[in-house]
Amino acid sequence: MTELSAPDRTEPTSFVFDNESNAAIAVAVAKYPAGKQASAVLPLLDIVQRQMARHTGSAWVPLVSMDAIAERLDMPPIRVYEIATFYLMFNTKPIGRVHLQVCGTTPCWLRGSDEVAKACRDFTGIKGYGETSEDGLFTLTEVECLGGCVNAPILQVDDDYYEDMNGERTLALLEALRRGERPSRGSTIGRANSAPEGGPMTLLTTPAE
Amino acid sequence: MLSDQDRIFTNLYGLHDAGLTGARSRGDWDNTAALIAKGREAIIEEIKTSGLRGRGGAGFPTGLKWSFMPKEIGERPHYLVVNADESEPGSCKDRDILRHDPHKLIEGCLVASFAMGAHACYVYVRGEYYNEAAALQRAVDEAYAAGLIGKNASGSGWDFDLYVHRGAGAYICGEETALIESLEGKKGMPRLKPPFPAAMGLYGCPTTVNNVESIAVTPTILRRGAAWFSALGRPKNAGTKLFSISGHVNKPCNVEEELGIPLRELIDHYCGGVRGGWDNLLAVIPGGSSVPMIPKSVCDTILMDFDSLRDVKSGLGTAAVIVMDKSTDPIKAIARLAQFYKHESCGQCTPCREGTGWMKRVMDRMVTGRAEIAEIDVLEQVTRQIEGHTICALGDAAAWPIQGLIKNFRPLMEERILAYKASKSTPKMAAE
Repeated sequence: MTELSAPDRTEPTSFVFDNESNAAIAVAVAKYPAGKQASAVLPLLDIVQRQMARHTGSAWVPLVSMDAIAERLDMPPIRVYEIATFYLMFNTKPIGRVHLQVCGTTPCWLRGSDEVAKACRDFTGIKGYGETSEDGLFTLTEVECLGGCVNAPILQVDDDYYEDMNGERTLALLEALRRGERPSRGSTIGRANSAPEGGPMTLLTTPAE
Repeated sequence: MLSDQDRIFTNLYGLHDAGLTGARSRGDWDNTAALIAKGREAIIEEIKTSGLRGRGGAGFPTGLKWSFMPKEIGERPHYLVVNADESEPGSCKDRDILRHDPHKLIEGCLVASFAMGAHACYVYVRGEYYNEAAALQRAVDEAYAAGLIGKNASGSGWDFDLYVHRGAGAYICGEETALIESLEGKKGMPRLKPPFPAAMGLYGCPTTVNNVESIAVTPTILRRGAAWFSALGRPKNAGTKLFSISGHVNKPCNVEEELGIPLRELIDHYCGGVRGGWDNLLAVIPGGSSVPMIPKSVCDTILMDFDSLRDVKSGLGTAAVIVMDKSTDPIKAIARLAQFYKHESCGQCTPCREGTGWMKRVMDRMVTGRAEIAEIDVLEQVTRQIEGHTICALGDAAAWPIQGLIKNFRPLMEERILAYKASKSTPKMAAE
């Protein structure tokens, strides 16, 4: 199963934007007025992280890529470094192929996020946050409020939110992820998004469609 | 109780088509040119008359905020920036607008931008909302393709561009000047005010930053009239509001209701009640993590609006209601929030940078009781030294939950400390 082999987690010595990244950069930079291209630094860091995931299996931003961004946006490299370290979503070290992000903030904690975190640790063998499993597949991070509190607790896997979790459903999700599957995101108890369990109490009169 | 006919967000739960066809069938983009033809002054006046107060937490009158923008467009362009960096613990209402009713937001951006003389608008979406930003971008692309935005937007004669910008995981970027800094490609560190953004905001140009919900409700207000909106809710607390109810209720959910709805009705009617019944309620954080909690005795009768909650020394905030039943350790609940604020402090101002870390460490000891009773007063005093002594409100937001805890649960904190002392002294006595 090459799909699930451990990602390449070595520090590259050079970085070149690929075609997909170059196309995305053109779209990103065009959003800002002439001379204000530094505004695109967050989008470019994101583009790099996605390119690294495509090429190496690990979504992270190596130092050489920050230099490439600085050059592309005509800004001092230190500005890119300080931004890459200020914003939580940029991984400045290699991570596993699948990024497990457990929300532990109070609304999720009240609904049992400790159970979700424990299931992640038990399944992956990871001892603490920020670590990667021995097989290189999973990295576990604790994140702050993900903004989906009525569907707490939430486990974010890469870009997707898995909602209304508990320990058991977390283990089932992790098993699927290990098999290389990606179950559909959203509520794991069949709720319609943020509507109450059992069906909406409002908006019962169907708008004309 | 609000009837479905008076609800603005008719696709809140995403049960219908969020695309342009669906949005049009729900009344969006219906002769938008006519709304714009009312003129800048008339639009701002209508929003002022409606009594709409900002939905992002502070509750500042939206129409008044818009009126701070320069009347004439000078050499510097005007900007509207929409704050979709929804990160306040408990709050998840803007998420539903972005993914299920994006056209309401886009139409609102056009109308509001026109009213403020802006030809360009940026929507700053928190980075974790990857799928929500994609949903919004799809709607933006549809609106461009249909000529609703872009050159001569909706046939109004006004040129208007809208850009979706994703953040990258920083709560502080929800503060309007930090958001502007971040949009300029810098670390999200709040600016000193004045100058206010209306004078000097994005790229040094006149800028207004509004919450997603504030902007998304404006087309409906203009269509149905200020009188309709202001008749809903309570005096000075007009209109409908999206509430997010999380924590220990039987059925957590988002719901649109009138401002001023009793908290108990919100929980009992829409959320299937508190887990274990109303008498099992311990306390509620009524407006997102930054506002002080209110005990059950207040919850029994409190109305959910800006002024009612201010009167009990809490706040409506983002109307994110976090419910805690009697199984909750309130000290631990607030300690976790202290950890949140420590994590999210940008580090610019000393009282916040050092204070949030200090408060977290003391709160962690309070959870186990490994403290002295006198330290409760020290903790309270430190919160007072942080509150009001920082550039932005994050210092205040970090201080208030702890103040609320001490105000409502001091006996429990003392009991915890005494119990810890007793547990430590027993073995010693036994040894003697």
